[in-house]
Amino acid sequence: MDNPTAQKSPTYLEEFKRKGYSRKDFLKFCTLMAAYLGLENSSVGQVVQALTNKPRLPVIWLHFQECTCCSESFIRSSHPIVADVLLDQISLDYSETLMAASGHQAEEAMKNTMTKYKGEYILCVEGSVPTAADGVYCMIGGKTSLQILEEAAEGAKAIIAWGSCASNGCVQAAKPNPTSATPIHKLLKGKPVIKVPGCPPIGEVMAGVIVHVVTFGRLPELDGLGRPKAFYSKRVHDTCYRRPYYDAGLYVESFDDENARKGYCLYKVGCKGPSTYNACGVTKWNNGVSFPIQSGHGCFGCSEENYWDNGRIYERASAFPGFGIEATADKVGKVALAATGVALAAHAVMTNVRKKKLIKNLEKEGKQSEQELKK
Amino acid sequence: MANVNSPKLRRVYVWEQPVRIYHWLNALVILVLIATGFFIADPLTIQSSREAADQFTMGWIRTIHFVASYIFFFNFLFRIYWGFVGNKYANWKQFIPTSRHFFREIWSVFKIDILMLRGKEHLSVGHNALAGFIYFFMFLAFLVQSITGFGLYASMSSGWWFPQLFSWVPAMFGGDIFLRQVHHLTMWFFILFTLFHVYLVFYHDYVEGRGEISSMGGGWKFIEDDVFEKHMELPNEPPKS
Repeated sequence: MDNPTAQKSPTYLEEFKRKGYSRKDFLKFCTLMAAYLGLENSSVGQVVQALTNKPRLPVIWLHFQECTCCSESFIRSSHPIVADVLLDQISLDYSETLMAASGHQAEEAMKNTMTKYKGEYILCVEGSVPTAADGVYCMIGGKTSLQILEEAAEGAKAIIAWGSCASNGCVQAAKPNPTSATPIHKLLKGKPVIKVPGCPPIGEVMAGVIVHVVTFGRLPELDGLGRPKAFYSKRVHDTCYRRPYYDAGLYVESFDDENARKGYCLYKVGCKGPSTYNACGVTKWNNGVSFPIQSGHGCFGCSEENYWDNGRIYERASAFPGFGIEATADKVGKVALAATGVALAAHAVMTNVRKKKLIKNLEKEGKQSEQELKK
Repeated sequence: MANVNSPKLRRVYVWEQPVRIYHWLNALVILVLIATGFFIADPLTIQSSREAADQFTMGWIRTIHFVASYIFFFNFLFRIYWGFVGNKYANWKQFIPTSRHFFREIWSVFKIDILMLRGKEHLSVGHNALAGFIYFFMFLAFLVQSITGFGLYASMSSGWWFPQLFSWVPAMFGGDIFLRQVHHLTMWFFILFTLFHVYLVFYHDYVEGRGEISSMGGGWKFIEDDVFEKHMELPNEPPKS
């Protein structure tokens, strides 16, 4: 953090002020971020301190196979500072979508950041990397995505995989995955990657991850799948305001029934909230206006790995890999059950045919005892 | 071997009381787990005029499922323990092949009881070798079901440490969606196993007449005296334990 070259850059507070925000706005922002990160009240000061004194971190934001919904989500996060300063001004040295520069100029800017701030910059990756056909499916400036990624990752202080594409491949990695779209953690062996899955991830969550890296100078605490625990430790189901209907056993049966109008639980129409780890139920979307379940649609599970292949959107039961697209666990089970029934019935018949003599003898023996007892 | 002159039967204590208790407790909780599991996977529509706040249908079903799963798991652990301290019919070597004799008996059971060929009869007082070997896979299914189940449960339980021992599981399966499906499919193994198991108990009772069905009640099986003598005489009858 205390790299002499980096110190020349203005601090976050200076940037905020230059942008016309008051100190009050700044403090509000710090408090908000601390809350999202799940920090205790006393840690707000730490966030304030960090953003006041630390120079802004240079950021390289790469776009590969993606739809830019992550960037869209980020610039629409609820607090204006997130959009205006963090993204606009955190010195986003390279971002195909948002930078003013283009062509050689842009490539130059990226190269400069990579050499000047070696070991200091944050690398944000949006999108998966196609590895099929030597990577021709996504090339920028004559280089394949993989080449660009590896170069940029070399000197990165932290690597963040924005969204489901970079975290787990998302739709382009769904079967049959024609371009061999690959999430970045599989390509950057030995480098820690913060995964921020979601399609897109929530803007506040994205801002929170960056603020954490800036404040503490290290990666946030990650769970088993590499996601920041602060945002991905709870299932959508556990924070859902419709949860009491779930526990009561009151469910929407179809989208136009009375139960849907009453706002009952969407479990039976395929809500993936019980299997999805995200902060949607708490943070919500679009300045905290709503989230899918609140709008009457079940959760997709968009932040879960492989959700395109695993889940049927409007059913609880999901396709079972290896048994074809229509096979659910129950269908596989029922077929096996029928086969078992037939096999056992056949065996029972065969027993009476083949072991006839044995059974006859047992019967004879038993009957004889019965006769003798009568005497 | 059976002749019209009724043979004398020897009473053999096969299933000790702890094994019998384990067996029926296991049967009970598995039935409960299957029933509640199906309900959790696809809940019935229950119409009630009561306020939502006064209802807790799914909550109760889930509670029963979780309580039953604790009993299932610790009962399973107890059975593993008993595989080391129980009698020879309960011993772990009944389930894991450790000798060539084990495989020879599997083949013999396969020929006589499945292909219905005629051949040299074998005497299996406890489990026959094929059944024992299949029980080994059943125990593996118990393990899979416990791990996937508590893996799903870990993140929704709070407080005590035990379920947290399984918090690494979802990551191994790439998330809860797939994990849930593995748990659901494995349940079908339990259903199929139960069918086979009950059928075969009836089958053995029917063709052998040694009290197969009632043995899990009182622990006794009855072996014809002449068969018993013959097996006692065989010096090289490898011990089953």
